[in-house]
Formats: sequence, structure tokens, C-alpha cells
Amino acid sequence: MRYAMAVDTKKCVGCSDCVVACQTENNVPIGFCRDWVVEVTDGTYPNLEIEIRSERCNHCDNSPCVRCCPTGASHYAEGGVVLVTPGECIGCGACIASCPYDARYPHPDGYVDKCTFCLHNRVEKGLDPACVSVCPTKCMYFGDLDDPHSPVSKVLKTRKFKTLIPEAGTRPQLYFLI
Amino acid sequence: MKEELIVSGRMNHLIDPQLHIWHWHIPLYLFLGGLAAGILFFAALYTILGKEKEYPTAVKIAPFLTPVLLTVGLLALLLDLNHKLYFWRLYTVIRLESPMSWGAWTLMVVTPLSIIWCALNIKAIFPDWNWKYKWIYDLDAFFRKYMKTISWTMLISSLILGVYTGILFSAFNARPLWNTSILGPLFLTSGLSTGAAAIILLSKNPKERHSMARIDLMLIGIELFLIVHMFMGFLASTQVHIDAASLFLGGPYTTPFWLFVVTLGLAVPALLEFLEIKGFKMPVFIAPVLVIFGGLVFRFVIAYAGQASRWLY
Repeated sequence: MRYAMAVDTKKCVGCSDCVVACQTENNVPIGFCRDWVVEVTDGTYPNLEIEIRSERCNHCDNSPCVRCCPTGASHYAEGGVVLVTPGECIGCGACIASCPYDARYPHPDGYVDKCTFCLHNRVEKGLDPACVSVCPTKCMYFGDLDDPHSPVSKVLKTRKFKTLIPEAGTRPQLYFLI
Repeated sequence: MKEELIVSGRMNHLIDPQLHIWHWHIPLYLFLGGLAAGILFFAALYTILGKEKEYPTAVKIAPFLTPVLLTVGLLALLLDLNHKLYFWRLYTVIRLESPMSWGAWTLMVVTPLSIIWCALNIKAIFPDWNWKYKWIYDLDAFFRKYMKTISWTMLISSLILGVYTGILFSAFNARPLWNTSILGPLFLTSGLSTGAAAIILLSKNPKERHSMARIDLMLIGIELFLIVHMFMGFLASTQVHIDAASLFLGGPYTTPFWLFVVTLGLAVPALLEFLEIKGFKMPVFIAPVLVIFGGLVFRFVIAYAGQASRWLY
């Protein structure tokens, strides 16, 4: 099993519903976010091109955060999802410094927090992650890459896609349809 | 001209707009760890070589600084943790992939060793010292029997401690400035150099001072070579590494690095030590104080500039 997510940059309008849904679902402390929207504008006026991405932890196959964690609090869970066990985290910040996507943040309670793909609270119950299920343009796809019939497998078969900074060697599992 | 504008909705405290997860604690600890490693290395080395008489300060006096240095460093590390009460989790596993894990275990070896070393040499500081209890004398005799093993363990573990302070940073490929394998040897050399400087500062024996100054001069030379090597590597690498180097080549860290670290921390003390070896009379404390100061600034500059260097996407 290999959980992954695809975000359609041609459909995303940058409404930030995914951000709010995540904060509500996961009780994200005020002022922080586990997912966020990035807008990239390219070109010279008036010939501009815009790409909107809903970003979050890339649940990398080769996660620098799991590698550098001194206690094993950062670990690979079911389906390759990268999780932090709060009771094992000492809050040293090594994983935060190790993430090229800056997807982690120090939770006010002391441990390090990040996107979980809603693994325990939704995915294990057969639901999609909160951000995916709330998206008004249905621009996000989630599922198991090992299952050819999952929404994410199907969309990655038919569309061109990219990942963020693949040259960092992290083998990210968050795909952007382009 | 093609332009790119990136707007992010993320504003996480200590992450945005620029990473600042590590404050003064980490560079201070890396400096103190490196300094302690340097002092312990020379103490162990001269014991193994049987030169305790030629280098009395290096073997018997300077090591008394190390338990203090290491304790203050460990305290800084503890203060840096956001989840302080869980610090003991560090010592429930050994994760070889994580430099912080094996670094923490190295400290578990080095710190008690440094205390044992001081206990064995207590009479060098307090000639009339009395342990009062027989079992402490028994313990003392036991350790003395294994002096060779202790010296070798301390020599190797101090080298690991010194190199680890740099590897801690170089293991992070997310921060291009840190992501160079030169940083391990560079921090080790700098740690040995500050250790030698501390010995010069404490030594009352002109012969020992001269020998240590000669060693320090060589270490400064190696450091300068490694720094040049580091920039050559960056400038011949990818765009993010070129950007990382430019933090020091015209960027915001240019002055602290070239003025305080390279000029005042390396070049000037090297010149002073050279002149002293050649027989010029001058206050002996200036060069070592500059070396130690330069080592401290160096850790701060690398820790802060590293957090300013990143991948762009």
C-alpha cells in the first residue's frame, strides 16, 4: 500500500477551503497550518500564467525528517504516511530543519506537528482526508498508488504531473497535475 | 524578462517567512562541544604519547574546564527542546541514521569520561586533596589501572564529538549551506584549534605554549584551506548552493563571516602566533582569545545563515 495525493493545478482556484477544513478537523492551533495555498505567477505583463497549488507534507518515500529524528518519533505509518508520535517527540527541531518543503511546525504543546493525510481520524474509516473531501472544485485526488482503481492512480495515468523539488532526493508523494 | 512571483498563504511561527527554529542554544552548544572535544583530544593524545611532563597543562589542568563546558552545553541543548520533559526519549533508542541520536550517545560517553579524568588529576589543582572514603580510592586505583583504555576511548570519542558538531548540520540537505561534507572536518578542526587556544591561555610553561601555538597555527591553516574548499564546492554546484555561498559573498552574512571569523578569528591570531614563535614579545593571551572568539562567531554564523538558505520551488 502507498497512499498518495494529487492536486489539479488547473482546477484549484486557491479558495483555501482545504486549509480551513484541515484546521477544523485536526484542531490545528490558531496561527498555524498543516496545509496552505501557494500561487506562482510567471511571465511578463500582460502575458502572465498562474499556477495555484494546495501544498502540505509530501509524505516522502525517502523522508529526511524520519532519517534525522533522534528518537524515532517521526516514522512511516501504514501506506508510507509520515507521522509524528507526540509522546516520543522531544521537540529538538531537527525534522523541521530537515524538511525542504518546510511542512512541519512546532506545536505550542511542544511536539512537532504536520499533515497526517488524516490517516487515523478519516482514512482508516474509509473517508478521504478533510482537505480532499471539502474541496469545492474537486481538484484533489487521494488513494492507494498500488491499487490501479484508486482515484489518485487513475488520474496520474491520464494526466501530466510533477512533484516539488524532486532533485532534493526525497521522492515526494504529493503530485501536482499540470 | 521573465519574472516569477510566489505568494504563499503559510505563516507558521518560526518557519515563515524564514526558518528560525534554532536560536542561540544550538551554536553555543556546538562551540562548547567542539572546545571540550579539542581539550580532551590533546589531553588523551599526550597521555598516549607519554608526554605528560612536556604538556602538563594540556593533560592535567585544561581538562578541568571540560565538565563545565559540557554541562553548560547540555543545559543549552535542553533549553532548546520544545518538549523538554521528554528529553529522556533520546536515550531509549540508538538511531545511527540520525546524527543527533549518536551525538547524544557520544556525549553520554564523553561527559563521564571528562569527570573521571578530572578526578584522576585532582591533585594537580588541589595538592592536598583527600577523597575521605576508601571506596573512592579503590575506584581511583581501578581507573588508573585502565589508563590506556580510558585515554584511547577519550581520544576517539572526543574526535567523534568534534566531527559530530559539523555533521549535525551537514546531514540536512534541506539547507544547502549546511549540506556540505566539509562541515564535519571544518568544525572538528575549529574545535581542536579552540581547544589548543584554551590550553595556551591556561599554560604557564613557555615551552608548552610554543608547541601548542605551533599546532594551533597548523590547525588554522587547515581551517582556511577547508573554508576555501567549501566555497569552491558551493560555487561549482547547483543554483541553491551558489545562492548559499552568496550569503557570504555579498549577502547579509558577509561582514560577520569575513571580518569576525576569517580575519579576527583566524588570520590575525595566526600572524600573532607566527610572530611569537619567531621570538617577538607580545601579550600571550591575545591570539588564543581571538581564536576562541572566532570559533564562537563561526558556529553562530553557520547556524543562522544555514537557516536562511533553502531550496526554491
